[in-house]
Amino acid sequence: MNFTLKVWRQKNPNNAGRFRTYAATDISSDTSFLEMLDIVNEQLIERGDDPIAFDHDCREGICGTCGCVINGFAHGHQEGTTLCQLHMRSFDDGQVIWIEPWRARAFPLITDLMVDRSSFDTIIQAGGFISIRTGSPPDGNAIPIPKDESDAAFEAAACIGCGACVASCPNASAMLFVSAKITQLGLVPQGQPERWDRVKSMVAAMEEAGFGACTNHGECEAACPKEIPMDLIARLNRDLVCSMVKK
Amino acid sequence: MATVALKFYSTSIGKKVVMAITGLTLAGFLLVHALGNLQLLWGPARLNAYAAKLQSMGPLVWAFRLTLLAAVALHAFSAVLLWLQNRASRPVRYQVQQYRETSYAARTMIWGGPIIALFVIYHLLHFTTGHAHGTFVKGDVYANVTVGFRVWWIAILYIVANMMVAFHLYHGMWSWLQTLGANHPKYNHWRQIFAAAFAGVVGGINIFLPLVVLLGIRK
Repeated sequence: MNFTLKVWRQKNPNNAGRFRTYAATDISSDTSFLEMLDIVNEQLIERGDDPIAFDHDCREGICGTCGCVINGFAHGHQEGTTLCQLHMRSFDDGQVIWIEPWRARAFPLITDLMVDRSSFDTIIQAGGFISIRTGSPPDGNAIPIPKDESDAAFEAAACIGCGACVASCPNASAMLFVSAKITQLGLVPQGQPERWDRVKSMVAAMEEAGFGACTNHGECEAACPKEIPMDLIARLNRDLVCSMVKK
Repeated sequence: MATVALKFYSTSIGKKVVMAITGLTLAGFLLVHALGNLQLLWGPARLNAYAAKLQSMGPLVWAFRLTLLAAVALHAFSAVLLWLQNRASRPVRYQVQQYRETSYAARTMIWGGPIIALFVIYHLLHFTTGHAHGTFVKGDVYANVTVGFRVWWIAILYIVANMMVAFHLYHGMWSWLQTLGANHPKYNHWRQIFAAAFAGVVGGINIFLPLVVLLGIRK
């Protein structure tokens, strides 16, 4: 298969970036999107050009490192997949493919398609954890948790923190990410002691980082590779309101 | 207490809660207003008597007006703050951006606001104070409305403005539930149905009445 790539190239945050056009030729339909970029990069290196910088790690859709906006869709058009799990067979032969980095003030660009997502780490550090006494592990099932609640917590815990929710949101809002963490910890007994302080400090960190506000577009849940529903955002809103009236 | 409220309002969620509560207040008024206006179909005696009854409530009328005015002010103020925050959150825009789930109603909320506000100002000058009405007679609501809507472009203006109101209501009437945290997987799809029905009833009545007069069904 052959493709025309329009790739955002930017040396560093201080330089102005622009789109450059590359040809990706003789690509097998079984190639993943990132492998296709690897092939193009090898050709660029042979020509003495700078390879395209992009984030990647596990390449099996579970680490949350990769991610670009492909033809206007975060992680590409295929639903419920990370960019590394997107294959070239889902594109048309000869298609023009626009490749852009996540765009958000809170995700400053590092180079080309790589952005700095430390603002997510800052939000987690603000409260996305539980304080426990370390030591030997407790007995399994020592704390009874209703099955449906542990399932719902697990569904929220599927968030890999890739940032596609921010990238796809018309307001670059991080509400889906924060709500997933709030739900994951707020549904289980271990998360209760810090529940109300957690929501306050995580929301404060989110606002501080410069993310936008949720206006209920629903683009985040459509782009989320882990298909986290925006219902969780309602839970986040509810927890913040409750935290204000609780001591 | 005041510091807690301010701290809450400093978050985007706090501003959205204010927008939800004020928006709900205004939507409730719109529903009652539309249902009340429907009495136009029963003729001048009934509509004018209803208007006179509302006007006879004395200080309550002003209490009501001030509540609505406060709701509009808080709604608009919060909207502008959120809009500025959202604009600042993506300094470099995408070359190509595609939407999968958002609606026309959701994307036009911020523009619907000022357009509806301008329309409401005109509407008040037209039917409440009469400054924008050639032959305004205080108290004769039926005559004011029928004379007003017989001018075709005024009727069209009301119809178009109320389409905007209906779109605004559609996104707003399920958003407030989401913002106030009212959700349950079992009932969530009813939120959109409720919002569509609410917007349909209010928008429908408000579009229906100018049409009725314009088409000469009520003179």
